[in-house]
Amino acid sequence: MNRAIYVLFLFFPLLFLQVFVFNNVLFLGHINPYVYIAFVIFYPLKKERYLFLFLSFLLGLSIDYFSDSGGINAFSLLFVAYIRLFLVRVIFKKTEQDYLLFNLQQEPFGKVFNYVITLIVIHHFILFSLANFSFQNFSSVFTNTLYSSVFTSVLFFIGTYIIRKKK
Amino acid sequence: MQQLIYFFQKYRYFLFFALLEFIALFLIINNNTFHKSKFISSANGVTGGLYENFSKLSDYFNLKTQNEELASENEKLKNLLEKYNSTGDSILTNFVVDTVQYNQKYTYAKAKIIRHSYHLPNNYLTLNKGISHGVKKEMAVINSKGIIGITENSNSKYTRVQSILNSNSKINARLKNSNHFGSLEWNGKEYNIVQLHDIPRQANLKIGDTIITDGKSTIFPEGILIGTIKNIDTQNNKNLIDIKLFNDMSNLAHVYVVTHLDKKEINSLNNPTNE
Repeated sequence: MNRAIYVLFLFFPLLFLQVFVFNNVLFLGHINPYVYIAFVIFYPLKKERYLFLFLSFLLGLSIDYFSDSGGINAFSLLFVAYIRLFLVRVIFKKTEQDYLLFNLQQEPFGKVFNYVITLIVIHHFILFSLANFSFQNFSSVFTNTLYSSVFTSVLFFIGTYIIRKKK
Repeated sequence: MQQLIYFFQKYRYFLFFALLEFIALFLIINNNTFHKSKFISSANGVTGGLYENFSKLSDYFNLKTQNEELASENEKLKNLLEKYNSTGDSILTNFVVDTVQYNQKYTYAKAKIIRHSYHLPNNYLTLNKGISHGVKKEMAVINSKGIIGITENSNSKYTRVQSILNSNSKINARLKNSNHFGSLEWNGKEYNIVQLHDIPRQANLKIGDTIITDGKSTIFPEGILIGTIKNIDTQNNKNLIDIKLFNDMSNLAHVYVVTHLDKKEINSLNNPTNE
């Protein structure tokens, strides 16, 4: 029950924050942060994954509905949601027994940094390649990925720092 | 059978993941084709309503520029009216209301953009007018400064517009001082510069020439402003012309939707077998 409320509190604020605030940032004219990826980072680890995959898909799809982008957010968010467990295994060296007690705040910052940056870069790269949807202007995909990844990660770490301070 | 069940057991998450990814991919491909893009669209009751409320708030931020635009448009129209009124005697102007002579081709309806984007490779806008206000698909969207896009699909209250800043958008355009025409496309780079293709080499082009819409399509009326030529690039017998738009696509609010009244008749002439 507690977990369901936590997920709901993750889902809707991230959706509306992304759509009404962060999609309108347009730093230097075209750089947007995509902070809704925090949903994948903060969603509790579990062996049973249907609900998590489905909710990630749904969050991406809702953002697509708002921003008229077909299914690009759904596709990229679902992709990082699927590879998350793999990354947790590789970076944090966790096994299935550790999932229940896994907490990002108790992990060393270096590992968390690697984990978050990898997820963000993969997500943004898929997002911008699909938004481009052709091999023309492919260099713009790389530059967009780079700038937006930096922007998103800065916002993410500032955000988590502030939230943690409160607690 | 046992093996099959075992296979599904083992890869069940991957299969679920693959299924959802296929759905997403299907939606993406659909969104990239003009006539099919109706599954994922912000022109629906929920997102349209939310955006409308949001734009009620954010409208205040550019109230000043919108006011100035409106005033300058009024000025232009007032001057036109004055010119028309002062063409001479009322005897010379013939005011016979005759349905044979009187032949209105277009009607304009105002609408407001409640959501817009200009930084993606495929940009769409959402209008607060829909089928119940007479807005259907394939109608022109313009404002006082020039063209904005083409309506693409609508529900009863909201309409999605394919902006000219969309890599799928193709609009018939021509030079103002001659009848050479080409198609207007966007390469996805800068939001205030679009490209004009297929202008014949014979055309006499100069930097600063005005580009307007051509009346040949059944969507845009003739002579709607687009922009001025910024750069001409002649490579391998092809003219690639950069056009600087008159419109600031990053700051749009009030627009007109143009209805072509003879559209059905023209289309039935062009493809008579299509019925």
